[in-house]
Amino acid sequence: MEETKSNGKTVQSLNDVTVMFAGDSGDGMQLTGTQFSNTTALVGNDLSTLPDYPAEIRAPAGTLYGVSGFQLHFSSSDIHTPGDSPDVLVAMNPAALKVNLKNIKEHALIIVNTDSFDPKNLKIAKYDSNPLDDGTLEGFHVIHVPITSLTTNALRDTNLSIKEITRSKNFFALGMMYWLYNRPVEPTIEWIKQKFAKNPDIAAANEAVLKAGYYFGDQTELFTTRYSVESANLPKGVYRNISGNEATAIGLVTASELSGLPLFLGSYPITPASEILQYLSTYKNYGVKTFQAEDEISGIASAIGASFGGSLAITTTSGPGLALKAEAIGLAVMTELPLVIINVQRGGPSTGLPTKTEQADLLQAMYGRNGEAPVAVLAASTPSDCFHMAIEASRIALNFMTPVILLTDGYIANGAEPWKMPLIEELEKIEVKFATEVEGFFPYSRNEKLSRPWAKPGTPGLEHRIGGLEKANITGNVSHDPDNHDLMCKLRTEKIQRIQNDIPELEVDGPSKGDVLVLGWGGTYGSIREAVDRVRKSGYKVSQAHLKYINPFPKNTREVLNNFKHILIPEINLGQLARIIRSEFLLPVIQLNQVRGLPIKSVDIQNKILEILGGNNGK
Amino acid sequence: MVNNIDVNEVKLTAKDFSSDQDVRWCPGCGDYSILAQVQRTFPDIGVKKENIVWVSGIGCSSRFPYYMNTYGFHSIHGRAPAIATGLKISRPDLSVWVATGDGDLMSIGGNHFIHACRKNIDIKILMFNNRIYGLTKGQYSPTSEKGKVTKTTPYGSIDYPFNPASLALGAESTFVARSLDRDPKHLQSIIKRAADHKGTAFVEILQNCNIFNDGAFALLTDKETKADHVLVLEHSKPMLFGKENNLGIKLDGFRPVVIDINDGKHSVSDVWVHNEEDHHPIRSFILAHMTDDPKLPTPIGIFREVIKPTYDEGITEQIENVTKKKGRGDLQKLLFESNTWEV
Repeated sequence: MEETKSNGKTVQSLNDVTVMFAGDSGDGMQLTGTQFSNTTALVGNDLSTLPDYPAEIRAPAGTLYGVSGFQLHFSSSDIHTPGDSPDVLVAMNPAALKVNLKNIKEHALIIVNTDSFDPKNLKIAKYDSNPLDDGTLEGFHVIHVPITSLTTNALRDTNLSIKEITRSKNFFALGMMYWLYNRPVEPTIEWIKQKFAKNPDIAAANEAVLKAGYYFGDQTELFTTRYSVESANLPKGVYRNISGNEATAIGLVTASELSGLPLFLGSYPITPASEILQYLSTYKNYGVKTFQAEDEISGIASAIGASFGGSLAITTTSGPGLALKAEAIGLAVMTELPLVIINVQRGGPSTGLPTKTEQADLLQAMYGRNGEAPVAVLAASTPSDCFHMAIEASRIALNFMTPVILLTDGYIANGAEPWKMPLIEELEKIEVKFATEVEGFFPYSRNEKLSRPWAKPGTPGLEHRIGGLEKANITGNVSHDPDNHDLMCKLRTEKIQRIQNDIPELEVDGPSKGDVLVLGWGGTYGSIREAVDRVRKSGYKVSQAHLKYINPFPKNTREVLNNFKHILIPEINLGQLARIIRSEFLLPVIQLNQVRGLPIKSVDIQNKILEILGGNNGK
Repeated sequence: MVNNIDVNEVKLTAKDFSSDQDVRWCPGCGDYSILAQVQRTFPDIGVKKENIVWVSGIGCSSRFPYYMNTYGFHSIHGRAPAIATGLKISRPDLSVWVATGDGDLMSIGGNHFIHACRKNIDIKILMFNNRIYGLTKGQYSPTSEKGKVTKTTPYGSIDYPFNPASLALGAESTFVARSLDRDPKHLQSIIKRAADHKGTAFVEILQNCNIFNDGAFALLTDKETKADHVLVLEHSKPMLFGKENNLGIKLDGFRPVVIDINDGKHSVSDVWVHNEEDHHPIRSFILAHMTDDPKLPTPIGIFREVIKPTYDEGITEQIENVTKKKGRGDLQKLLFESNTWEV
C-alpha cells in the first residue's frame, strides 16, 4: 500500500478492492455494476463479478427482498472470485444497507444515499431507528451523500420529469466511484451516447449526472483519499470482458463454424439461461436458426429433429427445464444423435431460487432418465471457460453421436471476467462425415469410437428408420431380443466411456502427491483457486484439481486421487460429486457443502483446508 | 420444384414406398388402409423418396414410419410435431409428414400440435382417430364420446371430447381436412391435397379399431347408411348428400339444417355452396361442429385451405435479410466488436 498526495487528497495504491453496488431492483444497480466492470477491464485490472438480483422484476420499492446488488472484485494481480466480502458498499437505500451490512468487511467504506433514509423507507426496511445516527454503523467508515438531491440539482435546468431525473441517480453513484478509484468516465459516456441515441435529452442528463458525481468526489471534503489499482500483469493478448452466457453463445457459433454444420437452437426462455437464446437469435448472419419453442420439451424435441436432419443441434435450459427434457434426452441416447444440452444451473428443487446459483443438478445430469441412459457430462469452470466448453460439448456430441450435457451455473453465466480472446483460425476443426455410401450402410454399425453413421435425409439410398424402441445391433431394426438389449445397453455405456480417449487428462495444480487435494468441478473453480493460493501463501502445501469432464472422468483421475491422503470436495450442493467419487473410486472424501444460492466463500474453503492440515502439517 | 422440394425424376410405384418390415397391426385394423392409400398416393406427390421423412409419436398409428421406405423417426409420446418442426425448420428442402393418433396428438401432444398450427410449420399431420387408446389396450381417449364405457371409464366417461377439426381451425391451421379409412379414393385425394399444401396440413382420418372400438364409424362406412350420413365437401359445389343425392345443407343464419331439394319447397339454389378458401373461418367452424348434431351428416373433405407464409420461409427470409444488411458473419470480428484492450 503506497500513499502519495494529489490535488490536496491522498492517493492510496491498493492491490485489490471488492465493491458492492446495492439498491432497489429499479435503481439500475446491474447497469452501474456492469459499467464499472467494463471500465475497470479497460484500464487493465483483472476482475470478477457477481450480479445478485431478486427474482421479481420490480419488487415493491424499498423492500429487503427487492434489493439488487452487483459485487465486483478488481485487482492489479490475477484474481479468481468476486471477493468474499466487500471493502466498499454503495447503498442506495436503507434496505440495501441492511441486507449487505452483515457481509461487508470490518471497517469497510460505506457510501449511503442519505436522501433515501426517510421514515417511510426506514419502515419498509424494518429499521426501528435510523442506522445512520443510532450507532449501527460504528466501526465502519461511513460517507453520507445526498445522491438524489445532488442529482436533482445537476438536472434542475432540464425539462425532464422528476421520475426521469431520479432515475439517473445511479450515474451519480457511478461517477463518484470512478473518481474514487481513478477510472475514466469516457467509456461510459460513449456507452450512454449509443444506448440513448434515440433520446438525446436522457443521454445528456445521464452524462451530466455522471460528471456531477465525478466532480463531487473531487471537490467535496467528504473524501480525503482516493485509490488507485494498477493494471494487472495478465498474459499478452487482446482482451474483452465476457459473461458466461455470452461466452457460451459465441462458443456454440464457433463450434458451428469449426464443424461446418448449421447451428439450430431449440429453447424455451428460463432464468438464468435465456440470454444464450437471446444472443444466438442475434447471430442470424452466421446462419444460426433459433426456435423459441412452446415449452421445454419442444425445445429439445425440435433440436432432436434438427439433429436428425444434420444440424449441430442445441437446447439450453436450467434445472426445472432439464427435468422436463429427461424423456427426450433418453430418445437421443437411443437414437444416438448428436445433441448439446446446456443447463445453466440455479437453486432448486422445483422453482427454487431462479436468480441464484447452485450446483445441485449434477446427479440429475448424470442419472436423471429412465433406463440405462448414459450421456457425456461436462462442466465449465469460469465465465470465459464457457466458450471453450461449449466447443468441447459440440465436438464430443458430433464425434461420438451422443447427447452431451454441459453444466454451467447462474454465477458463471451472469458473472464476467477479462477474456484473452483466441484466434479462430488457430482452433482445431471438428471433423464431421455424413454417410453417403449405400454399399454396406447399416444405421447401427459402429466405428472405433463406437459411434454410428450419421445419414441425413436427402441422401439417396440411405432411407432408414430410427426411434425410441430398442434397436437391433448393426441393422437398427426394432428388436425385443433379450441378448440384443443387454448388448446394446453395454455398447451405449462403453461408447461414453471411450470418450476418455478424446479428452485431456486431469491436471494437478501444485504437487502431484501430498496431504490435501482440493477437488472441484464447475463454477467453484475461482473460490477454490483463491483459497488454495492463500493457504500456499502462508507456507502450506496443498494441491488443486478441477474436473471439467465428469462423465466420463479423465483417464488419470484415479491415479491423481490416489496420490493424496485427503481429498476435499467443496460443492454448492449437499455432496453430489463426492457421492460419485466415492462410488466410482471407493475413496473416502471430505465434503464442504453450502447451498446458499451464492458462490462458496474462499475463506470457508481456506479454513477447511487448514482444519484438515491441522496446525503445521505440511508446512 | 414443389414447395421448395426437389421433384421426382423417376416414376415410382406404391411398392417403392413399402419397407422391408412386417406390418404388425391387428388383422382388420383401419391402419392398413391408410398405409395403402399413402403408398398409392406418394408416387404422385412429386417428391423424391429420399426427401421424405415420416415422424411419429407413440401408439398404434405411430408404427407407421417403419412401414414406409422413406426416412423415418418413431419418437416419443406426443412429441412428433415438435420433432418434425425442428427438422422442417432446419431442412426446408424436406417433405415432412407426421403419423399420429387421437391420444398422441390431442392429449399428450396437444401443446405441440396447436403451436405447430399457429406457426404454420410446413408439415403434414395425418391423425388416425379411432376414439380409443389401442396400444395400451382400450382406455378412453380425448376424442371418445361422453358416456363411453372403457376399461378406465367402467361407469361411462364424463369427459367432453375434443372436436379435432375445430381444434385445428382454432389453432389457425392453414389446411384442415377429414377423411375415412374405408373410403380409399377419397382418402387418396385428401393425402394428395395435403401434400400440395404449403403450410401446416391437418388431416383427421376416422379409423376403425376393430379390437377396442369396433364399428365406431359404422354409420359413415356401411353401404346401407353411409350415403345418408356422410357429406362429401367439394370446393364451390353445393353440399348435397343422401342415397338420391336429394338432401342438402342449408345455412339458416349460423345453423346448418337439412333440406330436401325435391320436396317442392326447396331447390338446389337454397343449398350452401362450399368454399374451402373462405377467408373467414366462421363457416369452417360450423362445418366442423356439424358432428355435434346427430341429425346432421358428418362432413368429410377439406374444411379450409388458406395460404400464408410458413415459418421456415420466414426464418430463411430473415437470415437472408440480416446477412444482406450485415454481411456474412465473421467470427473473429464478433469477438472483437465489443470493447477490447491489449496487454
